[in-house]
Amino acid sequence: MNVLVCIKRVPAPGARINITADGQEVDTSFLGFTMSPHEECAVEEAVRLVEKHGGTATVLTLGPAVAEEQLRYAASLGIKKAVLLPIDGADWDPQRTARAIAAAVAGIEAVDGAFDVILFGNESADSGGFQVGVRVAHALGRPMVNGIKGIEIEGEAVTARRPIDAGFEVYELTLPVVLGVKEGINLPRYPTLKGRLDSKKVAVALVAPDQPAGGQALVTLQRPTEAASETIVLGNGPDAAAAVVDVLVELGVL
Amino acid sequence: MLLVVLEHDRGEIAEASYEALTAGRALAAALGVALHAASLGADLSAAAANYGAVTTHVVTHDLLADYGPEAWGEALAQLVEATGATVVLATGTDRGNEVLAQLAARRDLPFAANCSEMTPGDPWRVVRARWGGSLLEEATVAAPVHVLSVTHHATEAAPSPVDGAVATFVPALDASLGRSVVRDRVVRTAGVTLGTARVVVGGGRGVGSPEGFGVLEELAGLLGGVVGCSRAVTNAGWRNHTDQVGQTGTRIAPDIYIACGISGAIQHWVGAMASKRILAINTDKDANMVAKADYAVIGDLHQVVPAIAAEIERRRA
Repeated sequence: MNVLVCIKRVPAPGARINITADGQEVDTSFLGFTMSPHEECAVEEAVRLVEKHGGTATVLTLGPAVAEEQLRYAASLGIKKAVLLPIDGADWDPQRTARAIAAAVAGIEAVDGAFDVILFGNESADSGGFQVGVRVAHALGRPMVNGIKGIEIEGEAVTARRPIDAGFEVYELTLPVVLGVKEGINLPRYPTLKGRLDSKKVAVALVAPDQPAGGQALVTLQRPTEAASETIVLGNGPDAAAAVVDVLVELGVL
Repeated sequence: MLLVVLEHDRGEIAEASYEALTAGRALAAALGVALHAASLGADLSAAAANYGAVTTHVVTHDLLADYGPEAWGEALAQLVEATGATVVLATGTDRGNEVLAQLAARRDLPFAANCSEMTPGDPWRVVRARWGGSLLEEATVAAPVHVLSVTHHATEAAPSPVDGAVATFVPALDASLGRSVVRDRVVRTAGVTLGTARVVVGGGRGVGSPEGFGVLEELAGLLGGVVGCSRAVTNAGWRNHTDQVGQTGTRIAPDIYIACGISGAIQHWVGAMASKRILAINTDKDANMVAKADYAVIGDLHQVVPAIAAEIERRRA
């Protein structure tokens, strides 16, 4: 089974996200980088699928040259092939990104054969477009379901589960498929020392993307206006219990 | 014409539909165009008319008997073409964003997800959520048809009844689109769920262990609520991911969220920020969650939470 997982390098923010003076990007002076959380789980799922069914897992990203760091991290977990679609400067819009990924996938498949499963994260942590995986699947003519928190494959049959408010929906698909994965589908492993060493040997294939811009363009990033919140301190320690219950009564939840 | 996509599950309308209709009504008025609704696989025209849709397009086809992203997306794309809609709007839920992405992919249109402001012009300007809403992006959108979702929980749904008309539309759907239709459902939770609870008691790293959640369960039980947790907790394996409140978990909107031992990282905050009131219980008075909360108790949750539970029981006795 050949599995492709598509990831995105994003900043790893803590309690506050700052913006650069020109308003064009997140100020990452004091931030590390990671892949989007849903994608960490997609990578883990890709590794598990090839552990169970055999075959090869490949990781792909469109991003700056330094996104090689995230590709190598995925490789340290057991992904054997890595593909970088290098871009300079600002993020590409979702249409342009999807066109580039679809073209790259078609190119890889023409040489190495089709991927049985292509995984995306449900949405990227930073830009949150909720669409690149859907667009790529459509371009490749494959079924796509987003928000998946369970994948089982037997032969050509794929059972995918998607959480709803009180349980989950079940989709029954046939390979090849594209799925958008949500965090919680698994608990990702940590890289082993051997994995980290092996990841240095994985060749990163470069595929230069060349696509026209789509119809959506960033003007500026803004911080939402936060309602000046005045926190009412009800007390310290267990002595505050009576004041808390008064508030619960006042709010009508008790 | 502005077309609002109604979200429903086998005919049961989702509250999110009313948010989209309310937002769509204001936008249609600003544009000077009519507000229509798209009702795929069910006739929800009465509900749509109650929120101002002058025409509801009831889209009927065997493949629309249950939800399927590709069948819905293709049916919607054909309806947009047939009606000449110039704006298509839904609420930014899992399904809302998925169906609009399918529409956009099929017609190679841009799709701006989770907008809080939409200003028509040439090009349009939108303000949309990044990082789950902790940053905003102003963007231009240039397209023959504007495909936009509005941020969930950001619009107060308000009825505005009209005498609505019904138009039936039968799309030509290839049988292959049935490949991604829901086949089955498994209902796990009966009763109150994290997404709908009026009271959520959340625990973070400060809870310290899986067993530490016992006191939170007890308090949630007394309040008829449910327990949630932060990403640190699910990553540690203390709770199932279905309990996670956050950007990658559930977005909650309870009357009160009681956040115990939670520092308030962006990831968690964006899942909790639609709560009407927040009470933070934390040993650190400078924690982000305490700063953003309406109420706070400074102290160890392992002492404070049982004391609150005891006080509730004392008053009930």
